[in-house]
Amino acid sequence: MNGWLSALRAIVAREALRFLHQRGRFLSALVRPLVWLVVFAAGFRAALGLSIIPPYQTYITYEVYIVPGLCGMIQLFNGMQSSLSLVYDREMGSMRLLMTSPLPRWWLLFCKLTAGVAVSILQVYAFLAIAAGFGIVLPLAGYLWAFPALVLSGLMLGALGLFISSTVRQLENFAGVMNFVIFPMFFLSTALYPLWKMAESSRLLRDICALNPFTHAVELIRFALYQSLNGWALFWVASGFLVFFLLALWGYDPARSRPGRD
Amino acid sequence: MAEALRLEHVSLSYGARQALDDVSFSVAPGRFCALLGPNGAGKSTLFGLMTRLLVTRSGRIEIAGHDVARAPRKALARIGVVFQQPTLDLDLTVARNMRYFAALHGLSGRAAAIRIDAALDRLAMRERAGEKARALNGGHRRRMEIARALVHEPDLLLLDEPTVGLDAMSRKAITAHVHDLAEDGLSVLWATHLVDEIGPGDDVVVLHRGRVLRQALASDIAGPAGLAEAFLEMTAEGGGA
Repeated sequence: MNGWLSALRAIVAREALRFLHQRGRFLSALVRPLVWLVVFAAGFRAALGLSIIPPYQTYITYEVYIVPGLCGMIQLFNGMQSSLSLVYDREMGSMRLLMTSPLPRWWLLFCKLTAGVAVSILQVYAFLAIAAGFGIVLPLAGYLWAFPALVLSGLMLGALGLFISSTVRQLENFAGVMNFVIFPMFFLSTALYPLWKMAESSRLLRDICALNPFTHAVELIRFALYQSLNGWALFWVASGFLVFFLLALWGYDPARSRPGRD
Repeated sequence: MAEALRLEHVSLSYGARQALDDVSFSVAPGRFCALLGPNGAGKSTLFGLMTRLLVTRSGRIEIAGHDVARAPRKALARIGVVFQQPTLDLDLTVARNMRYFAALHGLSGRAAAIRIDAALDRLAMRERAGEKARALNGGHRRRMEIARALVHEPDLLLLDEPTVGLDAMSRKAITAHVHDLAEDGLSVLWATHLVDEIGPGDDVVVLHRGRVLRQALASDIAGPAGLAEAFLEMTAEGGGA
């Protein structure tokens, strides 16, 4: 078992180091949600009225509403970024090093996943600290409660990225992931508007949002930030993680691989 | 003592394309065996099967007595692999690259440090341990990859065209280093299409169009015309059909 933990530590440390070396990635991971928070939310503040819905017990500003969605967005982008780097690793050959380790393949992929989650959580807390600097301060205990929620949502979104990376053969095809995964998942969720607001314009859109696993990741984080547990969201996110991870294991099954060149 | 590597009737096809056709050969302990074949012969596909990056239902592959299909973890623990494509993290130092690999084999702390030093010593790379992999030239990067493949003390070293892209001097040095490892008792399977990397006392398996044409001592295959001529003759158009 010590050998398994050695591999976990090494893979997480390598991913963290890689992330710290890529300053541009760190910066864009923070700037992206901050632009939404400072520019988009400020503009929408007047246009969008929000009623009091759980977990909120009082009126909140729009900036406060979208913070959990932006935390989810950071993890969604990070999951896809990890997926992109896996495709790159595969093209460059370094994925072979991982896959020829004598440890079980599911454990190696889980280690990769955990490394991505660790990096995404670092980004989320950096974002929350900057948001606090802009005056969006959440209950102190909420920051602690959010941690397990972020682990689970990170695992689910990372597993989705892992599965996608197993299906994308070339780096060039990755742009499609942005168009067909990130944007629909983000916009068809409760990250920007609550479900009831969506239902006002379209029942169908509301139903799609309710089925979107990213909606439940956002709600799990939202409730945790206010020290409450959304059981239904927890069930969705945990199930989503299991399904995506099993699909990723299937995607990385050597029986599905194709030979390379001589 | 079990053979370091044994392949029995291994075949693999993708649709109509037969990548490997009834491949059987073995590598004895402590021998340098060259897997000699032109481009497209199926060498990398064979490496994929031996390292379990690919799987097949036809045939059997044993590494140090462990069946790759039935006991993949035991089999993978006994091999060191140097892939054709470099697999170094160029932003990490040599030592960090080595530690990362050791951890993937369940080694850490002092035990890993001792083995890393020993492997780097073996390839005369210890003084470069603190340098970033990016700072090394092609020959030293390859040497480092070989050292890394030895960290977990494997029984069999697999090298897939390890001299591709290297200059003549580096190629000669790497080839000599690996021959020395075999003389020290390590079993080696060296895939190549270059006959000058093979010594007269090496074992040779000639692979062409997914089939083994011959397995024998290099000097026996060479005959009076030399290995290069014999290889060209065997793999000439229609020679493998």
